Amino acid sequence: MSRGVSEETLLEAVADTSRRRVLDLLLAHGEVTPTALAEELPFTRQAVTKHLAVLDRAGLVESSRHGREVRYSIRPEHLDVAVRAMARVAARWDARLEAIKRMAESEAAARRRSVSHRAAQGLE
Amino acid sequence: MVPSRIEKELLIEAPVDVVWRIVTEPDQIKQWFSQEAELDPKEGVGRLAFRDGQTFFLQIEAFEPPRRFAFRWGHSEHTKPRPDNSMLVEFTLQAEAGSTRLRVVESGFDQIGWADEKKSTYFDDHSRGWDFLLGRLRDFAPGAGVAEHE
Repeated sequence: MSRGVSEETLLEAVADTSRRRVLDLLLAHGEVTPTALAEELPFTRQAVTKHLAVLDRAGLVESSRHGREVRYSIRPEHLDVAVRAMARVAARWDARLEAIKRMAESEAAARRRSVSHRAAQGLE
Repeated sequence: MVPSRIEKELLIEAPVDVVWRIVTEPDQIKQWFSQEAELDPKEGVGRLAFRDGQTFFLQIEAFEPPRRFAFRWGHSEHTKPRPDNSMLVEFTLQAEAGSTRLRVVESGFDQIGWADEKKSTYFDDHSRGWDFLLGRLRDFAPGAGVAEHE
């Protein structure tokens, strides 16, 4: 993770159902104020602010001031880093299946060779 | 909106019995999956240990040679696997004119009680956490190069 945000911090940040809902809304709306978020969620504005602080520490959101309002949005570059990191790991199942395929096909080829070898010997 | 499963499949040019043994025999599992592998289909339990020091305990849910092998993992040792503390992995093998269609589905991403299971092996394993994250985030990041399909 860039800027010293560990995977652990990031996971901690998104492991919470409430924070995932906050993230969902941010992704859906773009820029949102904590008040607007609280209106769409079954928690208080205070709780929303707390969740946003956790997401901020994980580098997943950023805030900008517009007059008296603070608006939050997703940090796409960090999301991108996260998605790439995750894509590597999700590729694990692919790698495992590929390994199974290699093993099975080389065994099947060896079997075919020994069958044709025996057949050739039978002809002699 | 939250994908609850990862599903992958591929066609292998080898007979079903060959693929079945690779997927289920500990000596072969060690060549494509974990560093240590123990499986006891009779008792319905197993254990996989990985190079990074992580150990996963398996509860075998199905062992039907040569077609279906399924287990739950992610729960802590001495804990009964439940939908909220473990994931279900299912291998399905289907013969296709001398070849085998191998399918793997890992499901239960929507039922894991993440907040309650913070200390569980599952949560502590970052890679599996990442898999979960991926499941969620790929909806928002189409074209992230994730070779996956529902």
